[in-house]
Amino acid sequence: MNGLCFWLNGKELCYDGSAGDRLLDVLRDKYDLKSVKCGCKEGECGACAVLIDGVLMNACCVAMGAVEGHEVLTVEGYRETERFKVLSKAFADLSAVQCGFCIPGMVLAAEALLRVKPHPTEEEVRRALSGNICRCTGYNAIVNAVLNAAKEGDGLW
Amino acid sequence: MKEISRSIKKKDHDNKIEGRSVYVDDYPLTASGKRILCGKLIHAAYAKARVLSVTLPPLPEGYTYVDRNDVPGDNNVNIVLDDTPVFCRETVEYIGEPIGMLVGPEEAVVDELLAGVKVEYDQIEPMLDLRNGTEAFFDYHFGHGDVDRAFAEADKVYEEEFLTGYQDQTYLEPQGMMAEPEEDGRMFVHGSLQCPYYVHGAVARALGTGPEGVHILQDVTGGGFGGKEDFPSILGCQVAVAAHKTGQPVRCVYNRREDLEFTPKRHPSLCRYKLAVKDGRVTALEADVRFDAGAYSTLSAVVLQRGIIAAPGIYHIPNVRVTGKAIKTNTVPCGAYRGFGAPQTFFAIEMMMNHVAQDLGVDSITFKQQHFAKQGDMTSTQGRYHFPVPIPAMLDEVDALCALRRKHQAYSLPQTGRFRRGIGFSAIFHGAGFTGSGERDIIKATAKLRKYADGTVEVLASNGDIGQGVRTTFPKIVSHELNLPLEKVRYEHPDTARVPDSGPTVASRSLMTVGELLRRAAIRLRDIWQDGVEQEVEEHYKEPDFVIPFYLDRFEGDAYPTYAWSVSAVEVEVDTYTGRVQILGAYGSFDVGTPVDENIVLGQMEGGFLQGLGYASIEKMQYDEKGRIRNNSFTDYLVPTAMDVPKLIARLHVEEYPDGPYGAKGAGELPLVGPPPAYLEAVEMALGGMKRHRLNRIPYSAEDVILELNKEVP
Ligand code: FES
Ligand code: FES
Repeated sequence: MNGLCFWLNGKELCYDGSAGDRLLDVLRDKYDLKSVKCGCKEGECGACAVLIDGVLMNACCVAMGAVEGHEVLTVEGYRETERFKVLSKAFADLSAVQCGFCIPGMVLAAEALLRVKPHPTEEEVRRALSGNICRCTGYNAIVNAVLNAAKEGDGLW
Repeated sequence: MKEISRSIKKKDHDNKIEGRSVYVDDYPLTASGKRILCGKLIHAAYAKARVLSVTLPPLPEGYTYVDRNDVPGDNNVNIVLDDTPVFCRETVEYIGEPIGMLVGPEEAVVDELLAGVKVEYDQIEPMLDLRNGTEAFFDYHFGHGDVDRAFAEADKVYEEEFLTGYQDQTYLEPQGMMAEPEEDGRMFVHGSLQCPYYVHGAVARALGTGPEGVHILQDVTGGGFGGKEDFPSILGCQVAVAAHKTGQPVRCVYNRREDLEFTPKRHPSLCRYKLAVKDGRVTALEADVRFDAGAYSTLSAVVLQRGIIAAPGIYHIPNVRVTGKAIKTNTVPCGAYRGFGAPQTFFAIEMMMNHVAQDLGVDSITFKQQHFAKQGDMTSTQGRYHFPVPIPAMLDEVDALCALRRKHQAYSLPQTGRFRRGIGFSAIFHGAGFTGSGERDIIKATAKLRKYADGTVEVLASNGDIGQGVRTTFPKIVSHELNLPLEKVRYEHPDTARVPDSGPTVASRSLMTVGELLRRAAIRLRDIWQDGVEQEVEEHYKEPDFVIPFYLDRFEGDAYPTYAWSVSAVEVEVDTYTGRVQILGAYGSFDVGTPVDENIVLGQMEGGFLQGLGYASIEKMQYDEKGRIRNNSFTDYLVPTAMDVPKLIARLHVEEYPDGPYGAKGAGELPLVGPPPAYLEAVEMALGGMKRHRLNRIPYSAEDVILELNKEVP
């Protein structure tokens, strides 16, 4: 196959555009993955966060060349998992989703934390989410939802 | 807890968390499969200048330039007045003012063309000084009592000045609007917005079509906080004009830098306060309030009204004289932001009361408590507090949360060492709903319920869900009254082609005012319910009988039917070596009446509380001597993260309002208003109190602490 090959939500794909193209633009415009939001395009807000090999990255600051051979996960892929369902339920129970714009990034930030730290403290959750701005909630509901998900989903992570 | 307050899963939860919700930037094509052109604005480079010429690079096929000459109707955007142009007139009045728009299929090409546009200007000296500005868009005066006599007879007269800065709403989704010409000749405009009917009126006027010629839909909106009250009318007109000219769908989405620099924010303010004290009591207030309106009047009239009405705070002061001016400067027009003028004046009166108390040698909590207004007392506009004022009980609740009174005294004693502590307190109200008679005379809200033959019910109203949850709470009210499962009641995003005008999504009014219309409509529908047929019920706003009519020309009467109340306390530790202020805890009691969903209301309180703390501390935005805003990125304009205030506790206190649904009052704006003065009092206390460091402005950052400490004479 030609181009830059990588795994996107579990499928292997080859991107034939430039290696310098921005992952955020490619995900949104070429692959129609609109859960990945643009809040700043400068790496400061986390709305565009995706997982690359399980690590949280801001897609607006990643060039396509850098994902070659790697695994990219967005909420469109993640929402099919049991882990996502536990997180979604925990967020719903606390009405932690307001305008929703930060939420896909928040959910992936939570996954990035829980996969390395299945039983985090509140402080660890706050630190793990601190690259994701939420202007609506004041964070309490989101932080508590992640803590609850860690309890409810015991064994999943 | 009432049954209605029990939290339920929000109706938009799944779509939002699964990333399926479609925000305006998410449409790949239009619904009918058409390609969407990308529009980008040419922003003025000078704060005041005559535009002599605009020279475009050669435009490839399919690319178009649009400016005021293409506006088929009126080049004035209908807001409160109509001085804001769709595209600039002969002069530009602030840096960033839209001169024209470049439109075309490829964003990258539009960007390139934009870089090649040459604008020739003849510069004019801009006006950039709030203090000395003389051109006032609005100039209000009101008061009551014999102020001059009270000052003449006072034991002591205090005078002080207070300053507040810009605050940007920083909704996470930037501004964005889209326009699509339809087959039948109508223009369809949709996007990220709070007030579909405001946009409707503005676009119909700019296109010169009359109201039938356009319809407006609110897309899923990534936060508003007031920032999407007036601005979408302007951007909506611009994309509509571009779509009209090209005959194709046009979308314009601001990038973050444009959004931070060129869209409305909270008015910076300068308040001069004068208090008379006799026998330990405040007997008179004279307040001179100046708001920096920016270059066009947009919403400044109404923002200023709310601000000056709150000038005496929640205190009963027998003699009051207030003047308020919205000063024109050659800067970005300021607009609506949660609190709407009141945060500025509450900051001033709360700090002033703290300082007077310190001078008198009394604890400021006690001093304030001696002046709390009570039920039946006269308001600043000679209306009445018709309902109980629950502030004393709320103060006790906050005291129980954080030992406020004890710490307030302990931290007021002299402190030594690198780390010093303070705790601040504030008590405020937020007038519920529109100021004055706007609801009765201007908005005249109508809301409908439509029942379908299959037994499902649709809410028809024009209030947008911007995160505050009306897509859930409106159906919740209706399903509660009809005894229907929640799945059977739905509320879609409003489209002015389908819904009546139930007013804008502003002033903490949606749930209290429109929610009550829906509750009444549901009761009527229940009474006439017939299985298997379509039925419709409509309700109109009626002013409650007890309201004393408000006269705006004299500022007399009930400015609000009722009030939401809050008590906030903020505890800080200041590092006197680095200036860093750590918020150890933030505690609030909030009375918004009955919560129509407890989690949703708590989410509003917590979110607003944190925005208030940001406003007081790190959210600094300023313009330079050329009138350019320097803080146009998240690197330079900081908003709080999950780590900044780990301990933020909001509690609800319920004082029911008989004319709101189940006793509910306005909620959204309240929590932002109280924290700033509580924060600054805490910092001042940690620095040794007013006698050593008298603080009078926000935002107050670590840099400010260091500069202030450097003034200290050892
Ligand atoms: S859009 Fe990538 S961090 Fe903000
Ligand atoms: S829910 Fe709106 S930004 Fe987080």
